[in-house]
Amino acid sequence: MNTKERGRRRFLKGGAALAGLAVGEIRSASGQAIGSERPEVRPEDFRAYGERSRFVTSVRRDPRNPNSRTPLQDSVGIITPSALHFMVPTWIDPPDIDPWQHRLLIHGMVDRPLIFSMEELKRLPSVSRIHFVECAGSGDSLEERKKNGMLAETVQRTHGLTACSEWTGVLLSMLLRETGVQKEATWLVAEGAEPRKRSKSIPLEKAMDDVLVAYGQNGEPVRPEQGYPLRLVVPGFEGVHNIKWLRRIKVLDQPSMEKEETSHYPTQRPDLGKARWFQFEMGPKSVITFPSGGQRLPSRGFYEITGLAWSGGGAIQRVEVSTDGGRTWKDAELQEPVLRMAHTRFRFPWNWDGDEAVLQSRCTDDVEAIQPTLAEFGRIWGGVDSEYLKTTRNKVNHINAIQPWKVSRDGSVRNALL
Amino acid sequence: MKEAFTMRCFLSLLMPVVGLAACVTALAQTPTYKLGTTPSAEEIRAWDISIGPAGKELPPGSGTAKEGAKIYAQKCAQCHGPTGREGPNSRLVGGQGTLTTPDPVRTIGSYWPFATTIWDYTNRAMPPNEEGSLTANEVYALTAFMLYRNGIIQESAVLDAKTLPKINMPNRNNFIPLWPDGKRKPGPFGFYSWGP
Repeated sequence: MNTKERGRRRFLKGGAALAGLAVGEIRSASGQAIGSERPEVRPEDFRAYGERSRFVTSVRRDPRNPNSRTPLQDSVGIITPSALHFMVPTWIDPPDIDPWQHRLLIHGMVDRPLIFSMEELKRLPSVSRIHFVECAGSGDSLEERKKNGMLAETVQRTHGLTACSEWTGVLLSMLLRETGVQKEATWLVAEGAEPRKRSKSIPLEKAMDDVLVAYGQNGEPVRPEQGYPLRLVVPGFEGVHNIKWLRRIKVLDQPSMEKEETSHYPTQRPDLGKARWFQFEMGPKSVITFPSGGQRLPSRGFYEITGLAWSGGGAIQRVEVSTDGGRTWKDAELQEPVLRMAHTRFRFPWNWDGDEAVLQSRCTDDVEAIQPTLAEFGRIWGGVDSEYLKTTRNKVNHINAIQPWKVSRDGSVRNALL
Repeated sequence: MKEAFTMRCFLSLLMPVVGLAACVTALAQTPTYKLGTTPSAEEIRAWDISIGPAGKELPPGSGTAKEGAKIYAQKCAQCHGPTGREGPNSRLVGGQGTLTTPDPVRTIGSYWPFATTIWDYTNRAMPPNEEGSLTANEVYALTAFMLYRNGIIQESAVLDAKTLPKINMPNRNNFIPLWPDGKRKPGPFGFYSWGP
């Protein structure tokens, strides 16, 4: 049992004894209580760090599968709670880093190599920005079946490798101005402090644009699983660029040709027999999170269809929803705020008449890129048909196809792509 | 003037894809906040484990496939299989001729475009739970063993900082330059879809 678990058990044990005091608590809050009603002794850690209601059970780990995915089916708004942000890779314990010891080194083709402590980074002008982080493999609802023989029935399994947070930190461009970047520099390689020291090359153009060196996530320090105490946030790019536990940035005049970018992340195009590498931006994507696979509609009548849309190319401009399997489309309402490289919540009113229905959404971003159907995606990805995508063991990253959910007469909802 | 600068940058690039990192115009050369400390050359050397495709950063040392075979059996075979083909984890050997089939097998021999990447990754991340424990000689030897098993070098070849970067990997020319004109453009379904 880890420390956290022990703490939780202690809390639960204490909870029963405290229940009787709840009334006093409420009256306290309304200003009517008198001092003697306050409990004399409370456990030291009484709700010192809040916990959600015991009736809320949403988790990022599916008991049937070790992979960790954001439970989008339970999401509201656009922010993913830090504790529910998907983790990749799942099988590695996050390193236990002492922020007082942690350092960031910037070197290579710079005029003045510098080492920053966390304290120094926090003295610098900061920014907070809301961005999604999405794994390049997100959206492959067929991957699970191929790998584990498991059907991707839920939106957590099909799209759960994305999450959206408010990130706080300093702009990488500012740090690079402090070190001075030499004229010939065009790339950098960023590296983490975990035992495997994962690294990834990033174009300098992007680094000077909007990349964040983040120490904050949703109003508190970045979680260990997400890179505590320091990580990169590379808006809109494949998740692998967002180096966690960031310890080093080396400025270069060419990519470093790390293992990830040369062997793992290129797309092997079946039509050309060649690989497409350095793909960077995630395409425009949207998905209905309610109603979605695995859920059940209790009766006919009114439902608000809702979901998320995002694009590595910019801001979401439009989301359309179809309730008849793609025959007709209508505009959904976009909920403010609508931000660049961030999840955008959409809503669409719907009366279910009790008949079979196929629900799906498609989005357009502000560079006019539109979310494709699975067939369109296969063509442009590598000149293949949907059957190929369903059966190949080739790695298919960047799937951003429209996701249909089928509502049956009994109200059950399932993945119509399977 | 700007054009000349762009051109110069473009020519200096390793390959056309690099053109997307459009040349960043000269940056302010004086620091504003004057925070951070200056690392010593020693500190930078100790931290800098990146080995680029030109291999300039490779450390002294050397190794052969024969030496590598022993280390492999001891530290690698457990996860990658006795010959590098069996797994259970990433296949390292074989796969040649599969890249154009529906089930391409990506191994060091069939896929990896640079031999320097084998050195970099083995040195930084292998073996699990003992990352960074291999000596430079051991990493050269393991790299040689992998290249030998994949039929890329002779068993007797000695790998060192000079010979390793010169190795031609068979799949090197099968990566598509994404932005032939050096500019990024969105395709009809997003940036990723741009390309020949």
